[in-house]
Amino acid sequence: MSPSITHIQLAANEASEHRPLIITLFALFVLATLGITVWAGRQTKDAADFYAGGRQFSAFQNGLAVSGDYMSAASFLGIAGAIALFGYDGFLYSIGFLVAWLVALLLVAEPLRNSGRYTMGDVLAYRMRQRPVRTAAGTSTIVVSIFYLLAQMAGAGVLVSLLLGITSDAGKILIVALVGVLMVVYVSIGGMKGTTWVQMVKAVLLIGGTILITFLVLLKFNFNISDLLGKAAENSGAGASFLEPGLQYGGSGTTKLDFISLGIALVLGTAGLPHILIRFYTVPNAKAARKSVNWAIGIIGGFYLMTIALGFGAAALISRDEIIASNPSGNTAAPLLALHLGGVDSTWGAILLATISAVAFATILAVVAGLTLASSSSFAHDIYANVIRKGKATDKEEMKAARLATIFIGVVSIALGALARDLNVAGLVALAFAVAASANLPTILYSLFWKRFTTQGALWSIYGGLTVAVGLVLFSPVVSGDPTAMFPDVDFAWFPLKNPGIISIPFGFLMGWLGTVLSKEEPDVKKFAELEVRSLTGTGAH
Amino acid sequence: MAAEAPPPSAEQHKLPTPEEFTEVQESAEFGELRRSYRSFAFPLTIGFIVWYLLYVLLSNYAGGFMGTKLFGNINVAFVFGVLQFLTTFLIAWWYSRHAATHLDPKAEAIKTRMEGGA
Repeated sequence: MSPSITHIQLAANEASEHRPLIITLFALFVLATLGITVWAGRQTKDAADFYAGGRQFSAFQNGLAVSGDYMSAASFLGIAGAIALFGYDGFLYSIGFLVAWLVALLLVAEPLRNSGRYTMGDVLAYRMRQRPVRTAAGTSTIVVSIFYLLAQMAGAGVLVSLLLGITSDAGKILIVALVGVLMVVYVSIGGMKGTTWVQMVKAVLLIGGTILITFLVLLKFNFNISDLLGKAAENSGAGASFLEPGLQYGGSGTTKLDFISLGIALVLGTAGLPHILIRFYTVPNAKAARKSVNWAIGIIGGFYLMTIALGFGAAALISRDEIIASNPSGNTAAPLLALHLGGVDSTWGAILLATISAVAFATILAVVAGLTLASSSSFAHDIYANVIRKGKATDKEEMKAARLATIFIGVVSIALGALARDLNVAGLVALAFAVAASANLPTILYSLFWKRFTTQGALWSIYGGLTVAVGLVLFSPVVSGDPTAMFPDVDFAWFPLKNPGIISIPFGFLMGWLGTVLSKEEPDVKKFAELEVRSLTGTGAH
Repeated sequence: MAAEAPPPSAEQHKLPTPEEFTEVQESAEFGELRRSYRSFAFPLTIGFIVWYLLYVLLSNYAGGFMGTKLFGNINVAFVFGVLQFLTTFLIAWWYSRHAATHLDPKAEAIKTRMEGGA
């Protein structure tokens, strides 16, 4: 048996000795958040409370909650792992995830807050024929959210096997099911109010945990970043190239194209993520929405800067074999780093490991709740209330539909959680970004800024972008034909790139344009006047 | 419209008529607000996306340049990455300042008039 394997078992043993501590920390978070949820549930009276938290959160509170929704298991576990294994190439995630916020800030957040009510579909369908566009918006909201959920569930499975030494499928499915049940409870009882508070608590915990680890890593290197990078490069076995671009994506023309594809998906995806967009409805007005994005950029930017310490710290202090043995995609690098910082055989190590793992669990739970809320809101408001009931549903009926949808989405994500195993969580989330940028962003931008845009353009863009993005993923090495694929034993991967963005995003934009110029109907100029004036001035916003 | 959203809640101000919206949209005052917003936000968006793509492309095709060590183990690629953070913070601050001084007062004036006059 190789030394690294023994090490992992040691880590697992260390962890299992302190299992009561781990479970206590986790239970504390669950109890506290359930308390918040019940409290928020009592204050949730009408649809504006359920969907938008009563619109009374402050810009700072919402900025914190946005950060909580955004810094998912992908950011914490995935990026740390990607940097730990591939060095500089993993850092692209941090940069893309952050720069993307400028699209949201400059083009989307304020107009959306000014002209919508509860969902992304409100803005997409504003000047279009309601029923077809709302159906399309609801569909793409649910598909994007499920891709994102898949990543979080994969993260949950990974943590459990590390922490509790559970490697059996039954054990993992049990934990995934537990996460699923909790998220249904959070969302159906607490609505947006409860979910927002859960995000805030989680954001504080995650930032706190990350600052602690970053401080401990830097302490080891006397706050000399150059030394940290040098040790990481040396320990990685790759030498100086560990600090240069190309270790993961530099191999061939195809992988380089994949890097560009990933880069585009990251920067254009954020402003099309439904669970992020609906957060802007929780503040009183567009100015507060702008301020909450600024808070989010500050908080998220600070966090992603610290991923340098997490990722390169893990590379410097843990052997590469150990990281890979624990999880082939590096998803456990951050918790392992905590263990090593405290000392592998020491109680401190175990306590740190338990704390960081509990933080990661909190992260997953909160993001899962946010995603579930986005999809059930869209189902209830876009599809049930406006398509099925043609706008005649009461608040009570809408909320009931949202709660039922929550249970359905809970079941779907538990089922899918079993499928995502050894994929890097950051890579999985990047797929959700690609789908969002292909199906949602073109229609959002055309709707807000292009006078001629028509219903047919919106439908072609949403369905076209969605179909091509999801289709290309289906036939990519993420799903088959690769040792780390979901189905490694079969090969129907004729599309060589792991991220479809470079094809599907331009395609979404192209279809929106083509559908519009080929449509026979005239654009609704009166509705556009209304949308444009409302989106820029906030007239009539509530 | 075929299927409108459910009736707005009581807290909401009275919404102006479609004619009023069209009239405001065609007014010089609103045109000025739109120009002031678009002429700032659109070029800036193109700018930061080009700047970001430059970083992505250099990472891909100029490995040698990006690997140049500047001081200690800090190379051009690392500095480039950190610069992306800095420019993001800077652009967010810059836009917010522009919005607060040039957009908010204009938007507020139009909104107050439209809601008050309705």
